[in-house]
Order: sequence, then C-alpha cells, then structure tokens
Amino acid sequence: MSDFKTIDARDTFCPGPLMELISYMKTAQVGDTLELLSTDNGTASDVPEWIDKVGHEMISSEKIDDVWHLKVRKLK
Amino acid sequence: MSQNYHIVCLSGTREKLQMAAMFASVAAATGDQVTVFFSMNALPFFIKDSNKVPPVEGQFGELMESEIGVPPFKQLFKSAAELGDAKLLPCSMALDLLKIDGDALDPELGPPTGLTRFLNDAEGGQLLTF
Repeated sequence: MSDFKTIDARDTFCPGPLMELISYMKTAQVGDTLELLSTDNGTASDVPEWIDKVGHEMISSEKIDDVWHLKVRKLK
Repeated sequence: MSQNYHIVCLSGTREKLQMAAMFASVAAATGDQVTVFFSMNALPFFIKDSNKVPPVEGQFGELMESEIGVPPFKQLFKSAAELGDAKLLPCSMALDLLKIDGDALDPELGPPTGLTRFLNDAEGGQLLTF
C-alpha cells in the first residue's frame, strides 16, 4: 500500500527544500506520494526539473498563501 | 544523460564555498558524477571539529549569514556525498603544507589526492573552479 508524506521545508533556501525532498525520496517506496512545502520560489521550478530528469512523476504544484505545495510520486 | 563534473574549490570565502556546495549537492543528487577537489584556503574548513567561519566577500555573504534558512555549506557537501556519491577529495599538497594527514579531516572526505590523479580523472568532464 502506497504512503503519503508531507515534508515541511518552509523558510529554507535553495537547495535546502530540494535536498530534503531527495533525501526522503531515497527512503520512500515506489508508488509513495510526497508533498513538499516550500516558501522558496526557486524550488517551485527546480523540483519539476529534477523530477523530469530522474524519472519520477510530478502530480501537482500550487502556491497557497505564499507556500508552494509540490506533490510528487516515486516511480522507480 | 548524466554529466561528469569536477569542481575545484580553492577560495575560503562564504560565497564561493556556498556556491560550490550548492552545485555539488544538486548535481550529485540528480545523478551526475561529481568530484570536488579541495585545496588552498578552502581546505581548512574541513579539518575535524573545525569551528572556522569563512569570511564574507560582500552583500550576499552577509545576507546568507543573516538568514537561518540557508543550508550550511558543509551540510550540502555531506549531502552530495551521501545522496549522490560525490567524491570529496583533499589536495595532498595542501595537507602537506598544513602538516596534517587525511585522518585529520571530516570523514566525508576521501583520500588525499594529487593534481596528476585529479587531472587524469577530470579528462573529458567539465571543470568548475570556485
């Protein structure tokens, strides 16, 4: 059964949120969904780039009250 | 397609150490092969239990020091090694000048490396200097 985890990386600057996501991605199971919370605008463009390069799935990206919510799924 | 990056880290200022660490961590965690060669004023920050704080060059160094959410450069280099298998190599000449050996450095750092070895390994890859 796949899992859902929220990673709170608010108030940290590039590349802190991305590195947090990568760190959790390493230990997640295939099919798990991770939601990264970030206040760093650069992260909103870096995460889809990273996801695309390494071959996971970008589920959604939205900014709510100055916080980016980036949902991704581990595919491999 | 993965790249092969060789980063030469010489400067002991906050801005350059930070940028080199950012580059190394993101590239390594993205699947690129990363080797960082530490020499000159950059190396003493990686002596075990060193509390040395790098001086800032200008405005951005000051900004980074005032923001608690900026990831420390040593943590980023460590992430590069742990998450992306980056090789962090101390310069053997710099160790000789400091009169210390590789055991005196943080455990993330690999074996003391000479320039000939580093240049041989860097052949065909991209070389970045900070």
